[in-house]
Amino acid sequence: MNFKTFKKGGVHPPANKISAGTPIEAVELPKRVTILLSQHIGAPAAPVVQKGDKVKVGTLIGAAGGFVSVNIHSSVSGTVFAVDTVKDPGGFASKAVIIDVDEADEWEESIIRTPEVIREIKATPEEIVATMKEMGIVGMGGACFPTHVKYTIPEGKKADTLIINAVECEPYLTDDHRIMLERTEEILVGVEIMKKALKIDTAFIGIEANKPDAIEKMEKAVKDFPGTVVQPLMLKYPQGAEKQLIKAIRNREVPSGKLPLDVGCVVDNVGTALAIYEAVQKHKPLLERVVTVTGKKLAKPANYLVRVGIPASVLIEKSGGIPEGTGKIISGGPMMGKAAVSAEFPITKGTSGVLLLDESEAKRREVQNCIRCAKCVDACPMGLEPFLYEKLSERGRWDDLDALNVTDCIECGCCSYTCPSARPLLDYIRLAKANVGRIRRERAAKKQEAK
Amino acid sequence: MNNPKVSLSPHEKGHFTTNKIMWLVCAALIPSFISALYNFGIRALVVVAASLVFCVGIEYLIQKFLLKTKVTICDGSAAVTGLLLAFNMPSSIPLWQLFIGALVAIGIAKMAFGGLGKNPFNPALVGRAFLLISFPVSMTTWPQPGITRFVWNVDAMTAATPLGNIKLHAFNQLPDYWDLFIGTVGGSLGETSALAILLGGLFLIYKKIISWHIPFFFLATILVFTGIAWLVNPEAFVNPLYHILGGGVMLGAFFMLTDMVTSPMNPKGQIIFAIGAGIICSCIRLWGAYPEGCMFSILIMNAFVPLIDKYIKPKRFGSEVNYGG
Repeated sequence: MNFKTFKKGGVHPPANKISAGTPIEAVELPKRVTILLSQHIGAPAAPVVQKGDKVKVGTLIGAAGGFVSVNIHSSVSGTVFAVDTVKDPGGFASKAVIIDVDEADEWEESIIRTPEVIREIKATPEEIVATMKEMGIVGMGGACFPTHVKYTIPEGKKADTLIINAVECEPYLTDDHRIMLERTEEILVGVEIMKKALKIDTAFIGIEANKPDAIEKMEKAVKDFPGTVVQPLMLKYPQGAEKQLIKAIRNREVPSGKLPLDVGCVVDNVGTALAIYEAVQKHKPLLERVVTVTGKKLAKPANYLVRVGIPASVLIEKSGGIPEGTGKIISGGPMMGKAAVSAEFPITKGTSGVLLLDESEAKRREVQNCIRCAKCVDACPMGLEPFLYEKLSERGRWDDLDALNVTDCIECGCCSYTCPSARPLLDYIRLAKANVGRIRRERAAKKQEAK
Repeated sequence: MNNPKVSLSPHEKGHFTTNKIMWLVCAALIPSFISALYNFGIRALVVVAASLVFCVGIEYLIQKFLLKTKVTICDGSAAVTGLLLAFNMPSSIPLWQLFIGALVAIGIAKMAFGGLGKNPFNPALVGRAFLLISFPVSMTTWPQPGITRFVWNVDAMTAATPLGNIKLHAFNQLPDYWDLFIGTVGGSLGETSALAILLGGLFLIYKKIISWHIPFFFLATILVFTGIAWLVNPEAFVNPLYHILGGGVMLGAFFMLTDMVTSPMNPKGQIIFAIGAGIICSCIRLWGAYPEGCMFSILIMNAFVPLIDKYIKPKRFGSEVNYGG
């Protein structure tokens, strides 16, 4: 097999794919779910239901708040308890629809619930893109960017390659791995739909070498789908970052400050392909996803099919409860996931995993002086100088940081991971990026005024 | 569980630590230490032990009583300086002079600049440079290897170093290559055996603590530079292999020039740095007043590191558009 990878930088954190062998399992519904109205990048959806309204599974409860926004649907049947402000995983205030679940589990009639795979694609490209927005499809790798925006190709640009991101380079997470094994054909029909929407014939599915069973299964199944190729990849973090993935598979470099489309590529997560299949062929809105619940001390690490809005604590309970000595609860993987303030946060469209880290793993090591070992420079997949950004950021030199292209940073965390002195490099880089963004906006505003 | 920790990603941490790096460098110096013991016996043991105690002790005292900060002697960096300082001394060095060297190395070259990671110059080499200028006689008196093993008072049993003989054009008194390679010649404690240094150096490359760029380009530059001189005038200049194997070039190439703190941050810069040091070292050896130029070449190039780092940047991803493939 011809394994590819990107050249510059990267690290090799231990994979810890504890739950890789556990089949996807359904989760019983709790008494109440909390569905956030902002589960995507862009404008939050506007609530279209009120307290006391009856909803079914798949009923629209939030309407897209703009072009960069998507619809939000109810994941359960029941009665709206409140439209209120709740805490998101990070502890910040966020609008949500809280629904009391009834036992009927009644679905909207338009949704086709039979299991057979529908391969014939009737929808036109325009209809597919409209369906994406209507059915609330977002990137399911974690960033949650509204998918229809990517498929609305601006004038003068042209896509020639679709890349399906099935890399799953984040340690611990296995949800993409499991859907590739269990929903193979549906994913591949999803890829056909995406190709049709983009009016192209070429798609690559990038899978890392630590999932040989998924590579084998997908390669066998892909023979029925001409134009789609499974591309095995060498293990390296952050291969799932879209710029690195395009480099690995197509050997194209997205220019600094540009998008994948500028080199003719559209990159989407494998989970998104499945969601698009269900949305277009089965009229099913994005209301459930596979979530890996894992941790070294957890009694039963597992992959669950979870309705959006179920609290993470329900999943953790099902896996045996929070183990003694847990120090951190993470929504997502250990490299780019967000630490949650409590286990009560609701699962969203972008929650790929719930990871419990032990006290000892959660603790940051004591910071030592930088010894200029250059390991951060070697590890940076974007060819940047994290050590220098940290020093400048500590001193508030935002203009210098702007000139040194700090905004190229993709926040993969390789620098902080590799630093032998345990310096909080990425923390300072994030501070720098936020401030560089601010001074750029101020500069633009001043220019506007001068005119 | 009530209060889980909250912090920004990444939540995973690599296992490489600064302390590990420093102690692995110490471990890589063990072969050279054994060769020093074999050649110079008990005095080598005493000098190395004293240098370690002085360097670590001085850092401790400065942190504890002068700066009143956290004592960080366990990070191993003072031990590395102690070992390297000792390896740059003749075995006959009076201990009080060694103490002054350690004081300069740790007190001035390292702690005055802010301690670990902040020093612009290699501390051990600053210590050695200070001693060479202050006590030129004891710093250039070289006990004979082998026969001084069990002798304390070695002042009467001295030998010329290969580089000294080269400077005097006494080419007929040079040792053969094998002696130079295994190190049974006069010289500083840890620099005589190219074999021992090579073992330690390859260990560091294997452990990814140093990269091959700096030693390779430094040695290659010296080989080419002194080689040209030798080809042009073999009467006046010696075979370049003597320059590689004799003196402190090997120790400098693998342990001093590669010091992370005082070398550039990316391979391109490191190559420029190593070639620069190679040229300076060769010039001093061929035409300078000192027989050995390795130390000065490294210290001079240390001064250029901020400049190199400012202008030699790694290639940014996406800085040159590449539509290939």
